[in-house]
Amino acid sequence: MSTKIEASTATAVPSASRRRIPPEFNIFLVLIGIALVYEVLGWIFIGQSFLMNSQRLTIMILQVAVIGIIAVGVTQVIITGGIDLSSGSVVGMTAMIAASVAQSSTWARALYPSLTDLPAIVPIGLGLGIGLLAGFINGQLIARTKIPPFIATLGMMVSARGVSKWYTKGQPVSGLTDQFNFIGTGIWPVIVFLVVALIFHIALRYTRYGKFTYAIGANVQAARVSGINVEAHLIKVYAIAGMLAGLAGVVTAARAQTAQAGMGVMYELDAIAATVIGGTSLTGGVGRITGTVIGTVILGVMTSGFTFLRVDAYYQEIVKGLIIIAAVVVDVYRQKKRKTV
Amino acid sequence: MVSPTTMAAVRASGAVPNAEYLLSVEGVRKEFPGVVALDDVSFRLKRGTVHALMGENGAGKSTLMKILAGIYTPDKGEVKFKGVDIQLKSPLDALENGIAMIHQELNLMPFMTVAENIWIRREPLTRLGFVDHSEMNRKTADLFKRLNIALDPQSEVRDLSIANRQMVEIAKAVSYESDVLIMDEPTSALTEREVAHLFTIIRDLRSQGIGIVYITHKMNELFEIADEFSVFRDGKYIGTHASTDVTRDDIIKMMVGREITQMFPKEEVPIGEVVLSVKDLCLKDVFHDVSFDVRAGEILGVAGLVGSGRSNVAETLFGVTPASSGSISINGKPVNIGSPTEAIRNRMAFLTEDRKDTGCLLILDVLENMQIAVLQDKFVNMGFVDQKGVSAKCEEMARKLRVKTPNLQERIENLSGGNQQKALIGRWLLTNPRILILDEPTRGIDVGAKAEIHRLVTELARDGVAVIMISSEMPEVLGMSDRVMVMHEGRVTGFLDRAEATQVKVMELAAQ
Repeated sequence: MSTKIEASTATAVPSASRRRIPPEFNIFLVLIGIALVYEVLGWIFIGQSFLMNSQRLTIMILQVAVIGIIAVGVTQVIITGGIDLSSGSVVGMTAMIAASVAQSSTWARALYPSLTDLPAIVPIGLGLGIGLLAGFINGQLIARTKIPPFIATLGMMVSARGVSKWYTKGQPVSGLTDQFNFIGTGIWPVIVFLVVALIFHIALRYTRYGKFTYAIGANVQAARVSGINVEAHLIKVYAIAGMLAGLAGVVTAARAQTAQAGMGVMYELDAIAATVIGGTSLTGGVGRITGTVIGTVILGVMTSGFTFLRVDAYYQEIVKGLIIIAAVVVDVYRQKKRKTV
Repeated sequence: MVSPTTMAAVRASGAVPNAEYLLSVEGVRKEFPGVVALDDVSFRLKRGTVHALMGENGAGKSTLMKILAGIYTPDKGEVKFKGVDIQLKSPLDALENGIAMIHQELNLMPFMTVAENIWIRREPLTRLGFVDHSEMNRKTADLFKRLNIALDPQSEVRDLSIANRQMVEIAKAVSYESDVLIMDEPTSALTEREVAHLFTIIRDLRSQGIGIVYITHKMNELFEIADEFSVFRDGKYIGTHASTDVTRDDIIKMMVGREITQMFPKEEVPIGEVVLSVKDLCLKDVFHDVSFDVRAGEILGVAGLVGSGRSNVAETLFGVTPASSGSISINGKPVNIGSPTEAIRNRMAFLTEDRKDTGCLLILDVLENMQIAVLQDKFVNMGFVDQKGVSAKCEEMARKLRVKTPNLQERIENLSGGNQQKALIGRWLLTNPRILILDEPTRGIDVGAKAEIHRLVTELARDGVAVIMISSEMPEVLGMSDRVMVMHEGRVTGFLDRAEATQVKVMELAAQ
């Protein structure tokens, strides 16, 4: 008996000391690696630096900020062992609805002089609310009917896209108030992304909400027996993911200063990719927001780098697909290694 | 050593000598991490006989059968099939050699037809390579006629009753022209009439020279169908007899006849008021009319064979599967427990039977595993976890329970089974329960950890906790309990006081 315990402690010790290096460190190294490859290729083929160009880096991070906001929600869903395919469509739907109440009344005032613009808080709040509602419905479907998250959110993906097209019969919405557009200007989308990431980083690490999220993903039966109301918790997680997709929709509309029914197409896949590249395991129970932030930046660097190297957009997609697969393969390999320890 | 493929070839040529024993096993040993499942076991099956295997849960019957069916490979010992050494590599290997096993949980594909299920992988083909359904159905009909089974080959398996599915499984096994048929408790889900039909088929197969290994818990079946029987206990082979030579009592004695050498740290503690009172608790189709009281400081042992409904009662008490009728009161007040959350609110705790499936959050660390239940209502302020406070409590608990781990940041899956179990007990003790349900608290853990858990349970009883302890280990139940409740097929068959409880008495109530 004592030999067995000694054996288990002996194997345990090195992994405990390894723990001091946060798991995100490896992903961060990958990010540095990719950036350096572009840097070298840049000097060789273009004759200029990839990294020493603050304008390029700003554009890059701005491009992925919206994906990042979604990915923060998707990370939480994936930690519970689920998936959310609806976020891209929710972006489109909330962008349309929020923009429609953010329209400036400058022209309409010619006819109705008493019209005033609604304060930006109304469209923003409405966008978040609609997103929350979509996520809440996802959560209800998954928790109450026990249909797989893949199917529930697939249905929402199709329906929400339908709503965004039906809402204006396909017409774009423009002429938004400056107050609303403000959150899309300059570096604001990035700030929104980082604030959201910080909030949910804290929520996952230091609150009961976070502990329960990991517990459900690690072993839903054990979580249930430990007294966690699994259904209620899942509804919360999907509602939060929906709300963040709604926020992403608001930011997207504000940034474009217009909204179209086709906004956010495929964003859900980019968000899932960022999450998975960031080390969140699709089997649940494992993942961190910091990893997802780095994963998001990796996606941005990839795209930006290809443009910088003037690589054809078609190749970009092909390589992006391969990178997502590589990230999951690495995850599966990690799981296997863990099991054989 | 002859490879199975060679065996198959030899078999096809019909040159195998007619050895007296279809199967013979000598000195087989099989070890799993922390447990010796089989130790120097021998077993022989004669041609044209039904050979029953008897023994308590965990006696090693199923492990032995899984070795014969090619699911496990023995660590030591030899398996001879018709006098020739063989080493089976997979269930398919066994099947192709003429050893077929019918599992307790049936392995049929519900959305395929009976015929498709039987001939899967061996479908007759047309000249163009398509499946020849009419030929397949004809072959199935022939097979059913031979076995006297009245089933339509074209009906889908999901439309069949359990009994009929069993018939399909048997037909499938026979269709491989198997010489050995292994049946693992085939009658557990059958009605009396269906059992009679099954026995007719078994007798028929026996007369055709097939050897049948028949695992059962039911004594009367043994006398009705078996020619011989072997008894196992604690992974050891006890003996083989002709079923005409013995009485029921003889068999029970063989099954339980161990000496209780382990010492249990049982203390006599003052027994208090009734804490938990259960009246006529039912869970539809699972267990019925379960009534009992547990007092403060009392350890109520629950004994019964696998499938007797013991664990189901525990799950229902804890709200995992809420009762369909009956009442539960705690300290005299009726309570309604519809979920584990409500059970915890009533200061109940439940250490589940399966550490890996329903206990551990395997990929998380020891701390996360220990704190998860107590975080339901303590150490949380405005949603934020008081990590310092709860960590300190967990550290203290881990020290008290002597959980051996380098630190609480270690993943729980890196701990030994006994230490995992201690951490899970710690999870529940942190909630300060007054009713503690333990389901197989020491299964699969080493002797040292076992003793520590026993000591701990005794201490908890001394502190006035009402303990319900389900266990398949007879010495544990007898050694630790103040009273023993015995269950059989979803009903309570009796209560035994500590003074009157013996292995034989418990077994008589458990295997009627």
